[in-house]
Amino acid sequence: MSEHIVSRFDEELKDLARRIAEMGGLAERQVDHAMTALTRLDTTLARSVIDDDRRLDLLQHEAEEMAILTIARRQPMAMDLREIVGAIRISNDLERVGDLAKNIAKRVIALEGQFQSPKLLRGVEHIAELSLAQLKNVLDAYATRDLEQATEVRDRDGEVDAMYTSLFRELLTYMMEDPRNIGFCAHLLFCAKNIERIGDHATNIAETVHYVVTGELQLDERVKQDASSTTTVAFEG
Amino acid sequence: MNSLVQTPKTSARAAESTPHSLHPKVVAKDVNVYYGDKHALHDVTIDIPEKAVMAFIGPSGCGKSTFLRCINRMNDTISIARVTGDILIDDQHIYDPKLDVVQLRARVGMVFQKPNPFPKSIFENVAYGPRIHGLARSKTDLEEIVTASLQRAGLWNEVKDRLNEAGTGLSGGQQQRLCIARAIAVSPEVILMDEPCSALDPIATARVEELIDELRQNFTIIIVTHSMQQAARVSQNTAFFHLGILVETGPTDQIFTTPRDKRTQDYITGRFG
Repeated sequence: MSEHIVSRFDEELKDLARRIAEMGGLAERQVDHAMTALTRLDTTLARSVIDDDRRLDLLQHEAEEMAILTIARRQPMAMDLREIVGAIRISNDLERVGDLAKNIAKRVIALEGQFQSPKLLRGVEHIAELSLAQLKNVLDAYATRDLEQATEVRDRDGEVDAMYTSLFRELLTYMMEDPRNIGFCAHLLFCAKNIERIGDHATNIAETVHYVVTGELQLDERVKQDASSTTTVAFEG
Repeated sequence: MNSLVQTPKTSARAAESTPHSLHPKVVAKDVNVYYGDKHALHDVTIDIPEKAVMAFIGPSGCGKSTFLRCINRMNDTISIARVTGDILIDDQHIYDPKLDVVQLRARVGMVFQKPNPFPKSIFENVAYGPRIHGLARSKTDLEEIVTASLQRAGLWNEVKDRLNEAGTGLSGGQQQRLCIARAIAVSPEVILMDEPCSALDPIATARVEELIDELRQNFTIIIVTHSMQQAARVSQNTAFFHLGILVETGPTDQIFTTPRDKRTQDYITGRFG
């Protein structure tokens, strides 16, 4: 795309894009660290995740302010307008991703000293890997304005949902097997839900990329595969 | 009670507004304009919907004013100008040699960039058109037309006590609304506006924009503007001209969010002038 006649406008847009890129990198790292803290039950790392969330909040605040000022100053049109609206939306999603990572980190601290068999963690690790890959891919798609990659991310969200539903069953089963697992598994269940929500935010970002590139809002409802709200496991004991 | 009163009203309005926006009032087919050897406008084909506002945008010299001036045959006044192609208003060819140009200009009013009231009283400015076109049978008739026109132009309350004062003594914004009152006094069907707000301050501009929005209930309005924000605010449809070519036309909402042509995109986002 050629440059604006007013070069300061280009600089403003670039500054905003840089801010979003920084947020993206930070959000990814926060999720990664929160998961490492969980699998290793590392409370020091968990505390640093909690502390670093403030940075993400601050960046989101700054990005939003920059976007509002640019709208006020430049009255952007067409792709510039979509670019700025996209930045506002994505910064909100990334800020929420940071909050979810922080929630996981908080649970790591709550779990301190309650070590259980590593098999309980395996399912959560799996869903975390997938969600993190979704987040990484969608941020790449945003950076390169790659419509195809964004669509792939959107289409794969069902996998995260399906994985969450099966994890929900699995954790319920562990709880039934041995009531001593209940406390640990209950926390893991919330962690898993947080991770599933991170996947949802990746999907939101994918839809925003689609909007920024094409100008069309994606209205067709995705097929939700998170069936945990209607899932029950019969007690066989 | 409220729902009983309001429901039929809204549905009647919806039924009324749909066909208006679909029916073209002005139709141009392959219009070309030459100023001597210079080919100023190339094959412009466009439908302009009735009772809606159409904005023409584009950089200076793109042909938007030239095309606007074809619609009331103002280009006839320029000796070297030559117009080819067809322009129809309600299926009538306006370049038909048998057509009375004076009558045409009563049907197609015009408001210019700089307010240009006659050096006469406020009353006379508005009364002039209806009088020469024989629209008023009596003095009372004429007074009614003047009052109604000033009211519709949103100027009545400001001037009703000084109708005999000179029109040129009003403020710039008031003068422009006086020119709009003068244009609508002869009950035109189409109103052409050539950058009507470029000499006005933001408050006077807002008043004129509010007025344009009211006038579209009864008139087909075509406005040339350099302010993209103004085009976005007042129009339902937008046409983008560049280098004498009509590049793109469509609903204003679409042109300003997702233009199809790269040239439109570049222009409205401020990438070339």
